[in-house]
Amino acid sequence: MGAIGAGIAALGAGIGIGLIGSRAMEAIARQPEAVGDIRNNMILTAALVEGAALFAIVVGLLANG
Amino acid sequence: MLILALVFGATFALAQDHDHGSHDGHDHDTHETHQPHNDDHAHADDHGHGGSCGDHHEDSGYDPVSTVMNHIADANEFHVWKGVHIPLPLFLYAPDHGWTTGLSSMFHHGHQAVDRYVINHGRVNRVADDSFPMGEVHIDGILHKVEEVNGKNKDVYYVCAKGELFKLDPPSTVDGGFLGGGITSFYDFSITKNVFTLFLAAILLIFVWNAVARGYKKNEGKAPSGIQSFFEVFFVFIRDEVTKPMIGEKHYERFQPFIMTLFFFIMFINLLGLVPFFPGSANVTGNLAVTLVLAVFTFLVTNLNGKKDYWEHIFWMPGIPGWVKIILTPVEILSLFIKPFSLMIRLFANISAGHIIILSLIGLTFLFGDNGQNVGGAAGGALIGGLFTAFMNLIELLVALLQAFIFAILSASYIGAAVEEHHHDEAHAH
Repeated sequence: MGAIGAGIAALGAGIGIGLIGSRAMEAIARQPEAVGDIRNNMILTAALVEGAALFAIVVGLLANG
Repeated sequence: MLILALVFGATFALAQDHDHGSHDGHDHDTHETHQPHNDDHAHADDHGHGGSCGDHHEDSGYDPVSTVMNHIADANEFHVWKGVHIPLPLFLYAPDHGWTTGLSSMFHHGHQAVDRYVINHGRVNRVADDSFPMGEVHIDGILHKVEEVNGKNKDVYYVCAKGELFKLDPPSTVDGGFLGGGITSFYDFSITKNVFTLFLAAILLIFVWNAVARGYKKNEGKAPSGIQSFFEVFFVFIRDEVTKPMIGEKHYERFQPFIMTLFFFIMFINLLGLVPFFPGSANVTGNLAVTLVLAVFTFLVTNLNGKKDYWEHIFWMPGIPGWVKIILTPVEILSLFIKPFSLMIRLFANISAGHIIILSLIGLTFLFGDNGQNVGGAAGGALIGGLFTAFMNLIELLVALLQAFIFAILSASYIGAAVEEHHHDEAHAH
């Protein structure tokens, strides 16, 4: 069960980071001169999303063992 | 200022390092779920003349999970290949016996016990039994059993000596048993693989940044040269992309050394961890204790530098109705601790996951090879696993840099939130 939970958490993070990436790409296409700011904020937001997913993965794997 | 920042950056690393050294002694190795693999089997077979020891044979074959967990855990020796180890110094303390020091080679790869200590899967364990003799004792092998403790299956190891079985105590961990550890009968302050790599990274950092600082003294007002030009790129990047926008023009100089130290320290140990042989190969940032110490540093720096506005926004958020404040204050206090906690988990999980994936891919060779029975399968596994490992290593190279960057930029943004001064005439839109 823990492994399934970890998989679902990875799914959620994948969707979340995918959305961040797609919007960042659009924003860069609209405003190529702001690429530095957009990239930094993209990585920062992706890291926050990933953090939530990693919590879920660690908890899922701990519950397993 | 620049030189000051660089030198501070390097010395900070050493200060942190000492901290790790003392912490690592007891709280590493959260994955105490090893099962024996073939080495143990061989031991039990070769030395199974000790009466009762011969009766406990298990048929385990290649166990991918335990092998991987064993490889990402800390160890008291560097394993080069089967039977060849680089020994590391041991500093072991037991409250009922005192200090035991020496090199990990004194255990003869698990064939000798010294002062009740034995080496088991690269880690020093202690015999919990008082009747076991002190001093150097030949042992016939180490047996593994799965026993039910409080409704959970736990791995228990037994030392086999003189025809009798003696139960082993695992190394102490500070998690209080949550991750399978707990305080046991001895403390391990040894220079383990992880501690060795921490020292190595600190020495490298001091060496490199001293050279860079010398370059700034020599080439003052001139173009940088040598190693200085390589690291100036990083320095300017951290300053312009991380500290300045996150902390603000006014305060960033004060925190530049700390952020630089975090970034380079994490980057160096991540990159050393990607080297699969002797000086590297330790999974240092994939160890909760190490990332905990790093996160605690960020927590302390953030909160010790918190301005009045920062604390006001935590305990009594201005500009919102009273009843919302009652809900918001506990959440804000909780978030104070969740921030460093997520820093700790993020680095640990990312680096551990990378190591686990690479080890699993290499493990395909043994899995397809059916433990040496199927040579064609082993070759196929080596081909597939090798190609994917090369690919994964490239991704891990990116992750090593990215995670160092993320740790630095998030720390900078937390510090930035703490030192920011609000102008109270502006609307509170947060």
